[in-house]
Amino acid sequence: MSQHFLDQFLFIALPYVCLFTFFLMTIYRYRVQSFSYSSLSSQFLENKHHFWAVVPFHYGILVITAGHLLAFLIPRQLLAWNSVPWRLYVLEISALAFGILTLIGLVAVIIRRFTNSKVRMVTSPTDWMLFFMLLVQTASGVSLALFYPWGSSWFATNMSPYLWSIIMLAPDVSYVAAMPLLVKLHVVLAFLTIGFFPFTRLVHVLVIPNPYLWRKTQVVRWYSSRSRKA
Amino acid sequence: MNIRSQVSMVFHLDKCIGCHTCSIACKNIWTDRKGAEYMWWNNVETKPGTGYPTKWEDQEQYHGGWEKNGDQPINIKSTGKARVVPNIFHNPYMPSMDDYYEPWTYDYQNLFNAKEGSDQPVAKPISMITGEDIAVEAGPNWDDDLGGSEIYAANDPNLDGLSEQQRLQLSSVERLVFFYLPRICNHCLNPCCVASCPSGALYKRGEDGIVLIDQKKCRAWRSCVAACPYKKTYFNWFTGKSEKCILCFPRLETGQAPACFHSCVGRIRYLGVLLYDADRLEEVANLPDEELVEGHRSLILNPHDPEIVRKAQSAGIPDGVIESAQQSPVYKFVMDWKIALPPHIEYRTLPMLFYVPPMSPVMADFEQGLASHQMEGLFHGIDQSRVPMKYFANLFGGGHEGVVRYAMGKQLAVRWHRRAETVGDVDRATADKFLREADCTIEEAEAIYKLTSLCTFEERFVIPPMYREEAIEMIREPHEQRAEAGFGFVGGPRRGL
Repeated sequence: MSQHFLDQFLFIALPYVCLFTFFLMTIYRYRVQSFSYSSLSSQFLENKHHFWAVVPFHYGILVITAGHLLAFLIPRQLLAWNSVPWRLYVLEISALAFGILTLIGLVAVIIRRFTNSKVRMVTSPTDWMLFFMLLVQTASGVSLALFYPWGSSWFATNMSPYLWSIIMLAPDVSYVAAMPLLVKLHVVLAFLTIGFFPFTRLVHVLVIPNPYLWRKTQVVRWYSSRSRKA
Repeated sequence: MNIRSQVSMVFHLDKCIGCHTCSIACKNIWTDRKGAEYMWWNNVETKPGTGYPTKWEDQEQYHGGWEKNGDQPINIKSTGKARVVPNIFHNPYMPSMDDYYEPWTYDYQNLFNAKEGSDQPVAKPISMITGEDIAVEAGPNWDDDLGGSEIYAANDPNLDGLSEQQRLQLSSVERLVFFYLPRICNHCLNPCCVASCPSGALYKRGEDGIVLIDQKKCRAWRSCVAACPYKKTYFNWFTGKSEKCILCFPRLETGQAPACFHSCVGRIRYLGVLLYDADRLEEVANLPDEELVEGHRSLILNPHDPEIVRKAQSAGIPDGVIESAQQSPVYKFVMDWKIALPPHIEYRTLPMLFYVPPMSPVMADFEQGLASHQMEGLFHGIDQSRVPMKYFANLFGGGHEGVVRYAMGKQLAVRWHRRAETVGDVDRATADKFLREADCTIEEAEAIYKLTSLCTFEERFVIPPMYREEAIEMIREPHEQRAEAGFGFVGGPRRGL
């Protein structure tokens, strides 16, 4: 019975609280605290190890996040792809490789932040909290890939329906209730990270400057009534 | 023709005494706060020297400015549109704090609080970033007046192309020479910082051409810091925003000269409006190196030409601005007399701050230990100048000597002319010969002399009527906000929620 309630709390109540917080606070912060709506770069303070920490982490997490998103959006196509063994192996091995890349990058990021006294000065308690959550999340993800293989398939068969049930406002815990503890941890932490997102430096993800590639080279602002084109 | 107006500047290097009053005035108003301690929106460098940040002119190292490859249109040398995506996480050409210096203060409290002992307590230097002890090795202006010149002056990127003999001449005892180069943002016509900003936070104000960074749009991608070849955009490590010289626009808008201009002891600074043709910017920025200085000049329009005035009016430029352009001291230096030149035009940002190149020390030529008293040798010929012409050409002529030689020759002619007028040990014929050779009339020489030596405040700073960016005083007391976030920013620059 208590297990049932715990599942209800962790996989229904918590996700909704986190998603609600995410949407509300991301918009609220953009409107009220737009000044800090970015990641505070520390490259200026420490430029020797920055590359080796930040670049692997970002490329790793981008690919991993994209993978999760694909499995969530097109589970059937993913299962079809995985139906041929070698294709499954390719997917699993690349996912593991990028997961490890993310983990290495993240560990390097944390070590750099911790050991360089200048960078430590610009690291807030929120940052440390976030790094801790990401570290546990990435480590659990890599462990999943190692100890519970074929995640690309069981994500598509079990996790995807669960996530869709949340989205469709008809939550169904049965998909996750039977999952191993490590999977549950990964799911709970994922929602917590989403809920924590608007309070952290992660918001920089939402302001990636895509219009740059299409805008005119120079920017001119006119203050007078006769506004002219740049 | 697309006529625009630009608040432009001239720095008369022959008058700069290197006192750094401008830097202090600027620091006190704008950058005396956390995250900006290391910034010097205005700084004064000794030349030859490596400057601030160290060796900023070495674009092989910093990759600033635009680059031109053959017939291709110019490209941002650091990370333009083509290369911004793969380099978005780590800017490969971002200078680090070590290229500037780590700001420090002193532990003055120790002088009062140290335990009683047998030795005198000292105020140790401590880092303004970490608060830890710091071993100060260098700072801005460490090479002031050629201090440590074997390390600093010898590595000046402008020495490229100078012969071994010329280099020796610059540094040998009794022959060595230096001058000062005060630098602020050039508020360029083709600003590389603006072009490189992924967020579109940097912009040029349409009405007066001042280049600003929108602090709320800046997302700390750091592209502008790498892209500006003059290294005049700075990264605030505390707020995670780039900042730069704002040409004291709140002062300009209220009719006051910028702080560094106002406080200049040597009265080397001039400010005024130039009208230019924005339609030709792209064409001029793409000219071959040797045509850049002339091309840049050709953008600037004559505000006395009735046709230009009519077009400016129809382009919506207010009459007050046009009048201001007609009285502009900058127009006289740059266009009428052609003795003020843009710094490093080969970066192709088309800077709107011009420098009058300095003359070598005014002294008679020494021959066998005796000062020459020959009439013709009273002043150095510009080719016997202690600073080789090639050096000035690298700084102000895009590597080409012609325009610099012209500017120096005219200044020299003015000296001959004034010597003939005031001291009288130079006869009129000699002075006239120099004037003729320098393409200068007596009237022009008098005008140059007057605006150089006897200029009033109103003659140096012809400030046009301007729009207000933000009338902040109505709701806030600016002095209360001074050390918090900069002018016009309501609420501190807090991060997080």
